[in-house]
Amino acid sequence: MAPTRTDRIGELDPAPPKFGLAEWIDQQTGKLFVLPAVIILLTFAIFPLLVSAYLSLTKFKLVAGGFDLRYVGLRNFKKLFFGSQQYHLLGTFDAFGPFEWAVFVTVIAAVVFWFWRFFTGGAFNVAGLVGRLISASLLVALTWLILATVFGGYPGSLVVTLFYVFVGVGVQFCIGLGLALLCGQAIRGRNAFRIIFFIPLMVTPVGIAYMFRMLADMQRGPLAYVWQWFGLGEFSWAADPWTARLVVLIGDTWQWVPFMFIVLLAAIENMPRDQLEAAKIDGAGGWQIFRDITWPSIAPVAATIVLIRLIEAFKIIDLPNVLTNGGPGIATESLTLHSFIAWRTQDLGGSAAVGYTLLFVSTITCVSFFNFIGQRTRKTEA
Amino acid sequence: MAKPKTKRKLSALLLAGATSLAVSTPVLSAGEFDGVTVNVMTFTGPQIAEPLQRRAPDFEKATGAKINVITVPFSDLYSKLLTDWATGTNSIDAAVFAPQWAVDYVSPGFLEKLTGRVAADPDLKEDDIAPFFREFSQKYGGDTYMLTLDGDFQMVYYRSDIFKENGIAAPETWDDYIAAAKALHGKDMNGDGSPDYGSCISKKRGAQAYWAIYSIAGSFLQSQGTSQGAFFDTETMAPLVDNPGFGAALDVYTETTDFGPPDEINLDVGDTRGLFTSGRCALTIDWGDIGTLAIDPQSSSVADKVGSIMLPGSKRVLDRASGEMVDCDANSCPHAVNGVNRAPFAAFGGWSGGINAAADQKVKDAAYAFFSHMSQPEQSNADVTVGITGFNPYRLSQFADTKLWEEAGMSKAAAEDYLGAIQNSLNSPNMVLDLRIPQNQAYQQVVLDNAIARLLAGELDKAGTMAAIKEGWDELNEENGVDEQLEVYRATLGL
Repeated sequence: MAPTRTDRIGELDPAPPKFGLAEWIDQQTGKLFVLPAVIILLTFAIFPLLVSAYLSLTKFKLVAGGFDLRYVGLRNFKKLFFGSQQYHLLGTFDAFGPFEWAVFVTVIAAVVFWFWRFFTGGAFNVAGLVGRLISASLLVALTWLILATVFGGYPGSLVVTLFYVFVGVGVQFCIGLGLALLCGQAIRGRNAFRIIFFIPLMVTPVGIAYMFRMLADMQRGPLAYVWQWFGLGEFSWAADPWTARLVVLIGDTWQWVPFMFIVLLAAIENMPRDQLEAAKIDGAGGWQIFRDITWPSIAPVAATIVLIRLIEAFKIIDLPNVLTNGGPGIATESLTLHSFIAWRTQDLGGSAAVGYTLLFVSTITCVSFFNFIGQRTRKTEA
Repeated sequence: MAKPKTKRKLSALLLAGATSLAVSTPVLSAGEFDGVTVNVMTFTGPQIAEPLQRRAPDFEKATGAKINVITVPFSDLYSKLLTDWATGTNSIDAAVFAPQWAVDYVSPGFLEKLTGRVAADPDLKEDDIAPFFREFSQKYGGDTYMLTLDGDFQMVYYRSDIFKENGIAAPETWDDYIAAAKALHGKDMNGDGSPDYGSCISKKRGAQAYWAIYSIAGSFLQSQGTSQGAFFDTETMAPLVDNPGFGAALDVYTETTDFGPPDEINLDVGDTRGLFTSGRCALTIDWGDIGTLAIDPQSSSVADKVGSIMLPGSKRVLDRASGEMVDCDANSCPHAVNGVNRAPFAAFGGWSGGINAAADQKVKDAAYAFFSHMSQPEQSNADVTVGITGFNPYRLSQFADTKLWEEAGMSKAAAEDYLGAIQNSLNSPNMVLDLRIPQNQAYQQVVLDNAIARLLAGELDKAGTMAAIKEGWDELNEENGVDEQLEVYRATLGL
């Protein structure tokens, strides 16, 4: 009988070495090298997260010699979702009309269809079901909230944040992609355009906010004469909730389009040229080339940068804080600004509760995007 | 001028013997505080911070103490101080802040008691400080914890030339205010050919705007004298914000927006002052600053065109027993003049200096010496006549002689008008005292400010605004203890 692999190893290997301190230290080296990073991570990421979680369950009060933390259970969350701060986080609700019902029923139908495909598609698993249930619950809840507050009611900081995130990132992606496709062409001076388009990303958000505040000042700003010429001299964008939100969105878009542009341009320039040339020789039009060659090639990169921007956009604070101070009323307050204002007024428990709400919403949104859209773009490319 | 070294030591010893160990001489002495740095925090100016920064180098030359003025946005000031002192960081040695916040700083022992120092400081001329500031703003629980640097009353200013041209009298009631604002809105008041505004009131959220609502509400809510109070029921601590009186004030407040600049809800007091002194507004509500800013030749186009009056009032007031509005008569408005109940609002109480009790002794001495130096008539009498300082008159001598003001560029008539309006407010038996209970910053700067901002943004109607303020104040009462808050509230009213 031929010797087995084990037999051969037994024949060749010398007797196992005696286990000593040097060997033990050698075995632990990897862990020791990793330890500083783990400690730093625990100290600066996990520990604050745990402390914030505890803070969100307490009432904070400064007293002589320090502070007092009184455990109040879920009272801070209750106040935000059902109590005196509901208007601030969720908004002021209005009854559904026919339009709101139509949209809501459509979303419910889409979710049901999505689950039906999942159950009948042959890829059913428990983890997938749980993930879909969480994502679907958030989608339905946010849809209800948007419909109940935007059309007739008054949106709170959660819906305003979603506006900045989804409308903002969507607009930024479209403009960034358009500019990248233009600069990907063999046009004169494209290097100059690339630099010009990239500049806004270098400016700090606070600088951008002050610049936009100055430019958008219709009575005293440098463009006041232009606004007055258009008959807008007596119009105050900051006094109207939606124009104020729009100005914040424009500032954010101005800042973040370059990020989209530069990454998408790199993706476009790295596309295989042979496919493009073959398509052109075969007489494919611009739209066909974009749909069948360009988009599948850049889709994974596009999904990644949208994901990165989604995570960033959820944390927007500088622009609404400087541009409008969250106003008029609380119209332009994002969740981060809401949390900051609560913190500034010594309501650390409330601030942490808002922060955790943001964490849950952004995490579920981004993980859902990654699983259900980001992964799919990779499969499409494959 | 520096004193001889021996004399300085002797006077210091005498004073030390005469007072407690913690009390030191306020007399400026060369080199007395060599090497001492005092970190003083106040809000981002230029008002209030400007005189501190301007006089700090002179004080350093005279005493050796370096005064480091740190400024933060107004909305952060209360919290920054509280956090710094409560956590034991103690990076701030002294501060210039709202005296009404002292209640939160004194109770835990963060503020140095100044009673002894003030008593041993003849240069301060404490008796010259108007009784309201000396006995109310500076003190808490009978002891002095702050030095007043600024006298604060909200008043109404109007363009006397424009009113005269249009045959309109200075407003006595809030209805008159609205009528005048309506009549003058859209007229060119500064000769630049473009229409100007009937009323400019700072309404920015997170700034110093929220006091204006009580400047209006005061006369509707309080008619029986100062001790009646305008914020809470003195028996139950129920907020006085869900009644027809407060509702009438909200009506006036929102209606003024119709005759204001388009972005009025985003204007801070600095912005409305700029608009008024550049001739763009017929009326405004403000502290004493407008009076002196109006005579600044660099920035004002309305010198001697400004009238100052005590806050207008109302001919109908809230009857607390029935919860209804009633006409003024001898019983309902015992302090009314010409049937108009007026209730001048001592808004804010005047920027005052307080010292961190945990600072080093030498630093505390230097901080006190600096505040005393700022408040002494030699400095104060000059500073209160300059608009940029943000300091308004608070010493009796500053009201007594108009020469001080005439030298600063005000006409005698304008000075008498301006000082008269402040004095009328100060002497009113129906003055509204600002809220001075624990966490008053949360009641006003958070709950009230937020609800008013939502009202102006159109998010809330009048009833919703009153309900939001009541809910927020009731919640704070519950959190802080209704009985405890009531006790302090009654004490501030002298009950």
